[in-house]
Amino acid sequence: MSATDRRKVINKIVLATSTLFAVIGIFFLFWILFVLLKNGFEALNLSIFFNDGAPPLSVEELEILNKSREGLELSEFEQEELSWIEISGLRHAIIGQLMLAFGATLVGVPIGILAGTYVREYGADSKFANLIRDLSDVMMSAPSIVIGTFVYAIVVSPTGGFSGYAGIVALAIMMLPIILRTTDDMLGLVSNTLREAAIALGAPKYKMIMQVVYRGAKVGILTGILLAVARIAGETAPLLFTSFNTNFFETNLTEPIASLTVTMFNYATSPYEDWQQLGWAAALILAGFVLGLNIVGRVLLSMKHISTKKIFKKRKR
Amino acid sequence: MEKEIIDLEVKDFSFRYAGASADSLKKINLPIIKNKVTALIGPSGCGKTTLLRSLNRIHDLYPGNEYRGEVNFEGRNILSADEDLIHLRTRIGMIFQKPTAFPMSIYENIAYGLKLQGIKDKTVLSGRIEKALKGGALWGEVKERLNDEADALSGGQQQRLCISRAIAVEPEIILFDEPTSALDPISTEAIEKLIMELKDEVTIVIVTHNMQQAQRISDYTAFMYLGDLIEYGETDKIFNNPDEELTKQYISGQFG
Amino acid sequence: MSSYALKERVFHHLTKFFAFLVLFFLVAIFVVLLVKAYPAIEAFGFDFLTDEKWAPNLGIFGGFPAIYGSFISTLIAMLLAVPVAIGIAIFLSEVAPSRLKSPMGVSIELLAAIPSVVYGMWGLFYFAPLMRDLVGGNGLGLFTAGFILSLMILPFIAAITRDSLNTTPQILKESAYALGATKWDVIKDVMIPYAKAGIIGSVILALGRAFGETMAVTFVMGNVHNVPDSIFQAATSIPATLANEFNEADTELYYSSLFFLALILFIISFAIISLAKFHFLKRRKKVSDRKHKWHKLVKQWRRK
Ligand SMILES: Nc1ncnc2c1ncn2[C@@H]1O[C@H](COP(=O)(O)OP(=O)(O)OP(=O)(O)O)[C@@H](O)[C@H]1O
Ligand SMILES: [Mg+2]
Repeated sequence: MSATDRRKVINKIVLATSTLFAVIGIFFLFWILFVLLKNGFEALNLSIFFNDGAPPLSVEELEILNKSREGLELSEFEQEELSWIEISGLRHAIIGQLMLAFGATLVGVPIGILAGTYVREYGADSKFANLIRDLSDVMMSAPSIVIGTFVYAIVVSPTGGFSGYAGIVALAIMMLPIILRTTDDMLGLVSNTLREAAIALGAPKYKMIMQVVYRGAKVGILTGILLAVARIAGETAPLLFTSFNTNFFETNLTEPIASLTVTMFNYATSPYEDWQQLGWAAALILAGFVLGLNIVGRVLLSMKHISTKKIFKKRKR
Repeated sequence: MEKEIIDLEVKDFSFRYAGASADSLKKINLPIIKNKVTALIGPSGCGKTTLLRSLNRIHDLYPGNEYRGEVNFEGRNILSADEDLIHLRTRIGMIFQKPTAFPMSIYENIAYGLKLQGIKDKTVLSGRIEKALKGGALWGEVKERLNDEADALSGGQQQRLCISRAIAVEPEIILFDEPTSALDPISTEAIEKLIMELKDEVTIVIVTHNMQQAQRISDYTAFMYLGDLIEYGETDKIFNNPDEELTKQYISGQFG
Repeated sequence: MSSYALKERVFHHLTKFFAFLVLFFLVAIFVVLLVKAYPAIEAFGFDFLTDEKWAPNLGIFGGFPAIYGSFISTLIAMLLAVPVAIGIAIFLSEVAPSRLKSPMGVSIELLAAIPSVVYGMWGLFYFAPLMRDLVGGNGLGLFTAGFILSLMILPFIAAITRDSLNTTPQILKESAYALGATKWDVIKDVMIPYAKAGIIGSVILALGRAFGETMAVTFVMGNVHNVPDSIFQAATSIPATLANEFNEADTELYYSSLFFLALILFIISFAIISLAKFHFLKRRKKVSDRKHKWHKLVKQWRRK
């Protein structure tokens, strides 16, 4: 066999292998997606959005409940039982999750944007600015559970207990570097002529930034915020020992607060079937929320003709 | 005058890009004479590059492009579906508008095509590399630093590196697409000189926008316009006494 | 001072303060973990890294099983994920028909955004039972955890590798084809060398992620503090130990030992991520930087 023939054979083999790998990888990823959709939609029903956590059902109770949901005829005794059953839902976790994500956004976004503004507009290429950029990149990829233990030490321990506030602090700390870096990048895309034009009109720098630069980078920054929220919304580890969890509807942030992620973890690892189902429903709602934010972010960006790749890569790194 | 042998024969050749609604080349007929330099000239967008890239079927890297007609090479139509493109491209080399040094050392750049052909022996490789670099008029400048990264060379040197890399595999034909348009006058002169030396060994097709360049280095010239081949002939004739009015206008700089 | 000048100063310093917070938090994390871990560091010293026994009721804490579990599960994940991810990247950039490229690429990127807790749940309910049927035991352990980790980092590595491969200039690829290269020749000789730094960087970054990942692992690790004889037996990892035991710790030494583990995790992750970021994924230095250096040198030389 000539060298060229051998190369051709190797080429075929390697390309076939890469295709095979792609098929295998994508098979598993789609299996996960399929399982998520199937179990999630099976478990999803309206009562989930109106009920809070409740004790798990016994096997008999679950049977009766399933029967009634399938529209089968129930005996008198079963109907009696059904009226006593307390169906658990996820309202407490959904509201809790939204409060945590919203709280973290409220704290993390302004701080992140201003910090990113410093790095781009004032620090530019200085040593300090580059150090902050590098450290943000590292912090973005730091294990989230470590942030959880840190916030436990500085918030939970001193205040004497788990609280929604502690969860918000943990998530806000995670958001800071992400928002900082996207702001930095997005401000960098604003052309200098705009800045010069504003300065030439006699605007002080802070006004130039707030009135001209921010306006130019609006869509990019908004996308950065969406992606950062998507990122922290999926986090479980930093909440385990900060906001902790509860089975009750709770809106007082000084108390432990339920979140979809921790609820999912607790329900899925419980031995009760109805709780496990709720875990899948929670997973579907959460994944839907996170993917939805991602897709909106992408669409926004493509509308603005900013290279999507750039931002997405940044965030992944 | 020695007998002219047709190396490549383009016959009723049409080409359409994937998704395009019209042909970019329309029924082109053109002989490429062996061991001569054939220049393709014409205004921007007339299809010079498209024609050149058909001759080694580099268009095939992108799906959906459509060839019609024939390009005959040694009695075979290289447009046929069962043509061995890997082999074809070792016999018809190509030089691009911008230098394309691979991210490797100077030595490895030249060795690359040879290694593809299965040449592994160190002494054989070194011999062929030296010969190729000499042929590419680069040997004197790089013999001391063959293991340096190729992108440390200047643009003109990189272009000569690419020519050396192409001639290392000893092709019969080399296609040049505006090889000097990104270079300074001195590098341009070096490459023009090189091309004229090369034609003893290989057949050359060159696309150029520079009319003086075409006159200086080519033996035959083909003038293209909007996808048609308007006129083909000996360079002297095309530039001094063209048959077609369009050709006359173009070479006198009235458009393009 | 005019009011503008004052506002300008306030704005400038406020933004600087917030930027400084990043540095502050990283240092604070390190210091706080160190302080909290101090009782355990004092009690066990560096032996903590190698001691196998973890017996909270006896007040004995050795970190080796968790550290070992983290390393091995990460290693398994990398061995499984890297070749497959690179295969996917090659497929997406060179092999797939062009109308599949973009939708498949986008789905891979979206999969990278799925919360890791979902991967963990799939592992617990689907993959662990499969492993139980295949190799016996309870299906939990290092291999199961490593496998799920590998799926979690797969889209991540594939997406970045594909992006890196796609940065290869088209004309460079064409030049290789013009020398008679096959597709695979072009991939291995031109595209991979060209994209090398990006690929290695993404792989190391994925390693850092896998090492610190909690939720994809905690479900399926089995969570027992021992060094298993085989990768198919239950084990634990640093994040899994923290997730499971932090809320149960009842003595100061227990807490402190967990903080010690967190500190170790932080340091190792920091090292891995820094290596990826600063060595391989470094932002391109601008030409102006080089000039700048040159000017400095000239100045120094003049002063002499
Ligand atoms: N990839 C492509 N897809 C579709 N159409 C193309 C493509 N490349 C070129 N064309 C079209 O084919 C025609 C010929 O283009 P070609 O690049 O061959 O011109 P050219 O003579 O080499 O011009 P120039 O002197 O500017 O290099 C042009 O009309 C161009 O728009
Ligand atoms: Mg052209």
